[in-house]
Amino acid sequence: MRAFVLSVLMAATAIAADQQNNPYASTYQPPATRPTVIRNATILTAAGPVIDNGAVLLQNGKVAAVGRTVNAPADALVIDASGKWVTPGIIDDHSHLGVYAAPGIESLQDGNELTNPNTAEVSAEHSIWPQDPQFDLARAGGVTAMEILPGSGNLFGGRGVTVKNVPSRTADGMKFPGAPYALKMACGENPMRVYGSKGQAPSTRMGNVAGYRKAWQSAVEYRDQWKRWRDGGSDAAKKPSRNLQLETLVGVLDGDIRIQNHCYRADEMATMIDISKEFGFKIASFHHAVEAYKIRDLLVANNICASMWADWWGFKLEAYDGIRQNIALVHEAGGCAIVHSDSADGIQRLNQEAAKAMRAGAEAGIALTPADAITWLTINPAKAIGIDRQTGSLEAGKNADVVVWSGNPFSVYTRAEQVFVDGALLYDRNDPSKQHKSDFMIGILPGVSR
Amino acid sequence: MKILLMALASTVALSQPPAARPQPAQPPARRAAAPQAPAPAVRPGPVIAITNARILPVSGAAIERGTVLIRGDRIEAVGANVTVPAGARIIDATGKIVTPGWLDAGVQMGIVEIPSSAEGTDDEATTDTRVSSAFTVIDSFNGNSTVIPVTRVEGITRTLVTPASTGNVFVGQAAVMDLTGDQVPDAVTKAPAAMVALMGESGAAVAGGSRATTILRMREMLEDARDYAANRTAFNSAQRREYARTRLDLEALQPVLKGQEPLAVLANRASDLLAAVRLSKEFNIRLVLMGGAEAWMVADQLSAAHVPVVVKALTDIPGFDSLGATLENPARLSKAGVTLALATFDTQNSRNLRQEAGNAIAYGMSREAALEAVTLTPAKVWGVADRVGSLEVGKDADVVVWSGDPFELTTGPEHVFIKGREMPPDTRQTELLKRYRTIR
Repeated sequence: MRAFVLSVLMAATAIAADQQNNPYASTYQPPATRPTVIRNATILTAAGPVIDNGAVLLQNGKVAAVGRTVNAPADALVIDASGKWVTPGIIDDHSHLGVYAAPGIESLQDGNELTNPNTAEVSAEHSIWPQDPQFDLARAGGVTAMEILPGSGNLFGGRGVTVKNVPSRTADGMKFPGAPYALKMACGENPMRVYGSKGQAPSTRMGNVAGYRKAWQSAVEYRDQWKRWRDGGSDAAKKPSRNLQLETLVGVLDGDIRIQNHCYRADEMATMIDISKEFGFKIASFHHAVEAYKIRDLLVANNICASMWADWWGFKLEAYDGIRQNIALVHEAGGCAIVHSDSADGIQRLNQEAAKAMRAGAEAGIALTPADAITWLTINPAKAIGIDRQTGSLEAGKNADVVVWSGNPFSVYTRAEQVFVDGALLYDRNDPSKQHKSDFMIGILPGVSR
Repeated sequence: MKILLMALASTVALSQPPAARPQPAQPPARRAAAPQAPAPAVRPGPVIAITNARILPVSGAAIERGTVLIRGDRIEAVGANVTVPAGARIIDATGKIVTPGWLDAGVQMGIVEIPSSAEGTDDEATTDTRVSSAFTVIDSFNGNSTVIPVTRVEGITRTLVTPASTGNVFVGQAAVMDLTGDQVPDAVTKAPAAMVALMGESGAAVAGGSRATTILRMREMLEDARDYAANRTAFNSAQRREYARTRLDLEALQPVLKGQEPLAVLANRASDLLAAVRLSKEFNIRLVLMGGAEAWMVADQLSAAHVPVVVKALTDIPGFDSLGATLENPARLSKAGVTLALATFDTQNSRNLRQEAGNAIAYGMSREAALEAVTLTPAKVWGVADRVGSLEVGKDADVVVWSGDPFELTTGPEHVFIKGREMPPDTRQTELLKRYRTIR
């Protein structure tokens, strides 16, 4: 109970801080909900072993209790989940929903500001189209939260934001209260190709690294400039001018903004770790990390997550060494393994991607249980994003982000049946009134029910 | 001892030639210019018996504890009461499932190695705008592509290799290739197997930006090809009007006009699918629709017109070309009686055809229909059902032994045979795994 109160307090404080300082603060308000108890389910909590024939109580938007049995209030809505499985809501730490919205036409290409290799001043929240119909598709796949990142065409692509997968008229209405910003960085082929083909830097991997280092050096100097000003009495007349690009980088140096780093090759990830040490920042996760298995010891030693696909490979040279055991090997080494999507298709079936990774692991002699695999989809991405105190596991006091599956979520035949965000039922496969459709889909194919 | 047994098996093979290959339902479109697989020879070879398996032959009912007998490159027997010849290699498949090898379509396997960064390995497209229907994939096919082993170890034994882009509405000629890793001509099951054309958004994009010009250009080429065929002599003495395309392109369209080779049209929007059907009727062409995201919306018309559809089951993201896309597309088409094949259209991850089919089942397709949609139906659609697609006596021995339910994500193939040859489990990826299984 104490933990519950504390976490609520912490969340409230974070929200308050968020709303005071940020002109683009979250306006999300959890809806009022009726207490709900889900009984007779196989429960994967992402915080321990499987609970057979267990129950979860959702109350006031939080997980109030989880276990073999729970005491539910008399007025609680009871869901009999016999034969069904219950997990925390799926979290995707690499999504472009809303910034590369459907339909995928030129008018909606809002994910890559390809006008300068450093666009740390842009923020994905200002591209998100809340009416992207792909949010609804992802919700039907059990996704309750996601980190929306800018694309990987730039060395510094800009800020990423974490959203709750809730219908909303505004991006602010989706933003996850208290979630830190991300800064998207990109290694390798993409920035080289985008800028090299324009005859500007970077056109090589060493050019990429020079670009990062120059920017971090400027950030260090910018931070010192402000420190000197504050130390010198904060004289309004001498106030340094504000630089939005460097402000984002300083946010990283100060530990407020998390680096989410698109990086495929093992050697490049190692170089990025060197750079982070040179300038004193932390990389939260390497994204795509197709060669994470080659340096899994290094990732573990530096406490960096790897956000990976189950089997994407070979679509470009830096993905040529992709193997199906990547996720299992990082997990086995004690690393923070994450199944991410980077795809409006993949995000709908992250549970299936995890299942494929389980099979690959088994073939290499790595025994993996559903209780292991669920962490790749929930608590580990929550850690990488920085929302693991609020969500990502079924533990008392955490947000009631919950999925009821028709069966074992790692079977191809299983589908998410009910999806709760903060205790509110936002999707029900058996109730068309609980299948939100974005404005875009309204009346667009008259008389047709998809 | 093992060698002796194999030798014995060879002797048996020589004394009992396999059944004659059945005649194809339709005469294959064979053209002098295109290399073909060598005429099927009665080849002796090892005898392999897969026993105690749950066999899903596709051409008939499931056999609960049966045997598949392979001799040389063919299937010699399938059934519950098959006598295993002395000396046969026996694979005890108790608790396993045996199916025919699967056939994926719409991939560029063997003609592209790494799509977006290894210049020089991409032969699936050309910027030479003088080439259109004459473009043929087998001239580029590389049996040593690393994509081939990665794909076949997952139970896919043949693919319809399609050209990707010539910048024209007729993209060129596709071929059914096996995944043995052999080179042309040995790896060719059928070439050409289809003429590929673009309609809808992608067709408009190569025809000046409008669907109307896409169809105009197709009609023009088909009319020219017809005229050319009737006036070759006049054409060769420069006594015929100018044609829109070259002689090579017009020649390549002849089997399509004769109904010997299907026209595979990539299109998604319901109106585009119907436009393709109209065009096919106008020229009396055998049409196959590929993509077909909105096919379910016109399922009755497609069924009535006997037009097969090849769909990617996991298609539900709305585009203006596919506002009606739904994961129930395969189930709805199947129930409407449309001839349906499933495909990935994904060269690197063609192996995910299993996941596509599994999801089609999760969204309402029957298991039997889903298996048929990745085996016998595509074999029929691409004109190779005389050789593959089912476990029937006389067919090529493309056989997969699965550890369990072939559609499930946590199972996998344990043995894969193509033309009777067991494919090694090794791929470039398994080699990398071995190297990094432990880190020094």
